[in-house]
Order: sequence, then structure tokens, then C-alpha cells
Amino acid sequence: MTTSLPPALIMLLAGLALPLLANRVWRAAMSLGAPVVALALIWTTPDGPVLTAQILTFDLTILQGTTTGRLFGTIFAIMAFVGALFALKQTNALEASSALIYAGSAIGVSGAGDLITMFVFWEVMAVGSTLVLWSAGERTYLAARRYLLVHLFGGVVLMAGITGHVAETGSIAFTAIELAGVSSWLILIGFLINAGAPPFSAWLPDAYPEASWSGTVFLSAFTTKTAVFVLLITFAGNEILVWVGLYMVFYGIIYALLENDMRRILAYSIVNQVGFMVCGIGIGTELALNGAASHAFAHIIYKALLLMAAGAVLYQTGRRKCTDLGGLFHSMPITTICGIIGALAISSFPLTSGFVSKSMISDAAGHEHLAVVWFLLYAASAGVFLHAGIKFPWFVFFQKDSGLRPSDPPASMRWAMIIFAFLCIAIGVYPEPLYALLPYPVDYVPYTVGHVLHMTQLLLFAGLAFFVLLPLMKRTLTISLDTDTLYRLVGPWLAKVVGRTVGAADRAMRQTAMRWFQDLVAALERVHGVSGVLARDLNMTVTVLAVVIAFGLILLFDLIQGL
Amino acid sequence: MTNDNNHGKRESWLDEPRNIKLLIVIGLIVLALTVVADFFYHGHPKFVVDGWFGFYAWYGFLTCLVMVLVAKLLGFVLKRDDRFYDDD
Repeated sequence: MTTSLPPALIMLLAGLALPLLANRVWRAAMSLGAPVVALALIWTTPDGPVLTAQILTFDLTILQGTTTGRLFGTIFAIMAFVGALFALKQTNALEASSALIYAGSAIGVSGAGDLITMFVFWEVMAVGSTLVLWSAGERTYLAARRYLLVHLFGGVVLMAGITGHVAETGSIAFTAIELAGVSSWLILIGFLINAGAPPFSAWLPDAYPEASWSGTVFLSAFTTKTAVFVLLITFAGNEILVWVGLYMVFYGIIYALLENDMRRILAYSIVNQVGFMVCGIGIGTELALNGAASHAFAHIIYKALLLMAAGAVLYQTGRRKCTDLGGLFHSMPITTICGIIGALAISSFPLTSGFVSKSMISDAAGHEHLAVVWFLLYAASAGVFLHAGIKFPWFVFFQKDSGLRPSDPPASMRWAMIIFAFLCIAIGVYPEPLYALLPYPVDYVPYTVGHVLHMTQLLLFAGLAFFVLLPLMKRTLTISLDTDTLYRLVGPWLAKVVGRTVGAADRAMRQTAMRWFQDLVAALERVHGVSGVLARDLNMTVTVLAVVIAFGLILLFDLIQGL
Repeated sequence: MTNDNNHGKRESWLDEPRNIKLLIVIGLIVLALTVVADFFYHGHPKFVVDGWFGFYAWYGFLTCLVMVLVAKLLGFVLKRDDRFYDDD
């Protein structure tokens, strides 16, 4: 059976209709049902253009079936479903509604067949995600506003790039774009801003951890992975992405090591993981692109799982700082185990999903003899275990006993975590179904003796380093300066200074001009005013005298002339 | 939702210092075993260095050491009190 109904449309309509439902059970059914219908539609969309429309002079392909699009659409729909399950206890209808719109527009991008359709869904995604953030309440308004500004800026850059690209090439095709000329660079920058690339990476750890306990789970999945998807389609094989990706990888590690807030640690680690994908896209071989695509798939699951574990802790304790947490394994065994499974998966431990996906990227670097990239990727793999794999579970569930004894979260949250923990291991043990979905035919065996042995060595010794260096990692009540300092403090400060300087200069100039004008008026007044010299009344004696003198002078003049 | 730990110090076998010591010993044995395995496995190194004995073990350890130290140093410059932005 094939359909031409856009899966995104179901999600968007469900999202818009959800707030109209008064009954919580119906809302839950909508949140859970729409992703299932969308997934079914994704899988019945045939290859090639499916739904086209002509708008102005453009032939839009609103829906098309592609292998890569189907892979991303599938994981977006699964994420929307399990995320909705996790969020069942969330009473905020705005969040549930905007989560559907957010996930739906991400699915829309994955099915877009032209740049204009892609852009429209891209912008809806910015609005949807902002609303997810906004719905957490007044506390997040400032963060949501900063988030929106960054994404609107990214959207403007992307729009400018697409407009230029269409003007130059006459094509709106959503396909590989040659990186030459201003417009293609603008498109790339627009994509990279959403991927969390430098220098804009700060928007991510600034915004995501401010959402509600369930909102952050949704936010972690769609924006950055949609960026990975579009980069995969348009800019695969551009070397600059290798270096951008590597920067993101180490940026994420270093900042996560410095961080104290458990959800900010995980937010930095999103940038880190997307860095691996961007690097793979930059390498650009079939193996690397398969690696990037499968890593995006695996990442959505384990990162959502980690943020669910963090969300469960936040929901049960109301605390988010490592300095306030610890020892929770006593009373939250399920959350602890699920969190550890997510942590092992993000660290690419053998038998987890991260192992079967990430190793494709580093192996691709090896096959291409990119020595520096290969060594850095392995160092980064060790660093992932350090900053997320051990640090998160250790400081939240173990370390010193905080004395807190919260129970595991309600059933809906437990089951969402269990499903994703199961998937982390299932994909790791049996990767073939995932491999079958990848953009290129997979000729790759993750489980060789060497692979397993080397990864185990690397990770276990990274673990040893963590415990040996634990005194250096004592948590402090701090945050770290990032590029967001520029627009949160330096910008406003500059505006204030400039405002003050210009204001003062302007005031001084106007005061001086005013004084000159007043002086002039006063001078005129002195001469021509009522009591001025030229307006003064003269008495009769002086007048007669003046006339006599005048006559006298005329006579004198006449006499002199007559001589 | 939270209550203080009033029911004895040893709630879990993981609270027992003896067991923690045991875990550490097991961990160290596993670490040693993974390195010993290098005697029996000869892979196909891609860049010479990765064929050296125990490469992944010492490389993993050393790179983590470097990353932690770099983070520590950058921390002196970048870290601020976590109420730094509160009045913005």
C-alpha cells in the first residue's frame, strides 16, 4: 500500500487540535496516536516525489520518499511517541501541543523534496521548539527569547542563502549543493547554527536545560538531528565539516567536564555527539555517511534516555545540580539502571547502539588514512565516557550520599525509559535492522575481536582516568562563560556604553547649539529689542539737535564741493 | 517525596566498604586482563602507533588526563558563580 498523505501533516494537525480537547485522556491518545499514524505513513510513502504543488513559479515537492529521509522520519516518529509516553504526567497542554508540532515539522523536513518546503518546515520547527521551551513558564521566558532570536537569525541567514542559490542556479532542488559562492555558504551557516556549531553552540546548553522535565527530552532530539539530516543531503564530503565537527566534539567534552548542572552536562554532550556526525558528513565516504546517519538514529534514543533519567530525577527531587544530588541509586533503581544503559550507549560500549554506529565514523577516518582525524576521534571517544558516560551517572546516582531518597518516577516515565534502554541494547546486539535503513548498502562488521578489545581497553582506561582524577573534578557551584556571554552581557553592556556616550555627546551638542541661539537672540534683543539702541524713544531736544547737525553736515559738504 | 536516610547506614550492599573494595579490585583485574589480551591479539594497525603494545589503554588514559587538565585550566578563566546571569 502506498500513500501520498504527508506524515508531517498528521502531526501538525494533531498538535493544533490537542489544546481544544478538554479531556486529558483524549489529549494523551492524540499525543501517542499521531506519531504512530505518522510512522505508518512514513513507511507507506513510496520512493520518489509523491506530493507536488505549484506555488508562484515554483514546482514544490512537499513530500518525497528517500532512504535517508525515511530513516530520520522513522526515528523522529519513534521519539515523538516515546517522548509523549514519558510526558504523560505533564499537565501542560501547550507543551504537548507544541511537541507534536515540533516533531511534525522535523518529520516534514525529512520528507521535503525542495529547498522551499524544507525551509518552511525548518521555521515551523523553530516556532514549535520555542513554544516547548516557553511552556515551562515564566522562569524560561528569557532563555526562550534568546533561543528564538538565535534561530530566527539562523533562519534569515538560511533564507538569504536559499534565495541567492535559487537566483543563481534557478533550481530549488533539495540535493547536494556545491560549496562555492556566498549563497551556498549562507545555506551551510544556516544549517550549522541549528546543528550547534561554533560560534553559536552556546544557544543549546543555554536553552535546553531550562525546559520542563519532559520538554528537554523533546528538545534534545529534533533540531540538531534535522540539521544533521540536511547537511547529509546537501554538504556531504566538504572537508570543513570535519574540522567543525571535531571542534564541536572537544568543545562539548571540555564544557561538560566543567559543568555542575546535570542537564547542562547532557546538553553539552549533545553538541559533542552531533560533532561526531558532522565530522562523519565531512569525511563523506559511504561508510562515514552511514556512520553519521546511524549515529543520529542511535543518539536520539540514548540521549533522550539520559535526559529522561535526568528528568525523572528532576521530577522526583526538584534538583538539577550535581552538588545537590548523589546516592540516588538507593531508591531509584530503575532510573539508575536506565541512566547507566544510556551512559554506556553514548560511550559506545560494545553491545550498545553507540558501538555499532560511532565506530563506522572513526573507521571511515581510518580507511581514508586521515591520521589526525582518527587519533582525535579516538581521544574524543575516551572523552565521551569521561564527561557523559561516567560523570553523569556517578554524580547523580552515586558519589557522596545526598541523603535524598526519592522513589522511581511514575509508570509512564519508567516505561518510556525502559523502552529506550531496551532499544539501546537491542540495536547494539542486533544492528542489522538499523543497517538495512541506512543511506548506502552496509558492508560493515562492528563486532570483530580487535574492535571489541580496543574499545573496551580505551573506555575502561578512560574510566580509570576518571577515578584517578576525581579530586580534580570536584563539582563547584559555577557555570562557564561561552559565546552567549557576548549577547547576554557584553552586547547589552556595549549598547549601554554606546547609548550613554552618544547620549551625552548629543546632549552636549544640543546644549551648546541652544546656548549659541540664545546668545544670538539676546544680542538681537539688545540692539533691536524694545529697550534696544535702535528702538529707544528720542526726546525733542535730541531730535532737533540731530536734525540741525545733519543739516550742518550737508551744508558743510556742499561748501566743500563748491570750492 | 524525599526523606532523610533514617533507616541505618547500610541500605545497600554497595554501601559496604568491603564490597566497594572488592569492586575496585575486580575493576583493576579486568583492566589488566584487557591489556594482557594484547599479547594474544595482533590486529592490523592503521597508523603504526596504534599497533604499539596496549595502545588503546594508555592512549585512552593519557588523552583523558589531558582533557581533564585542559578543562581544569580553562575553568580558571571561564568559570563564574552560577548566579552570574541571574539579573539579566
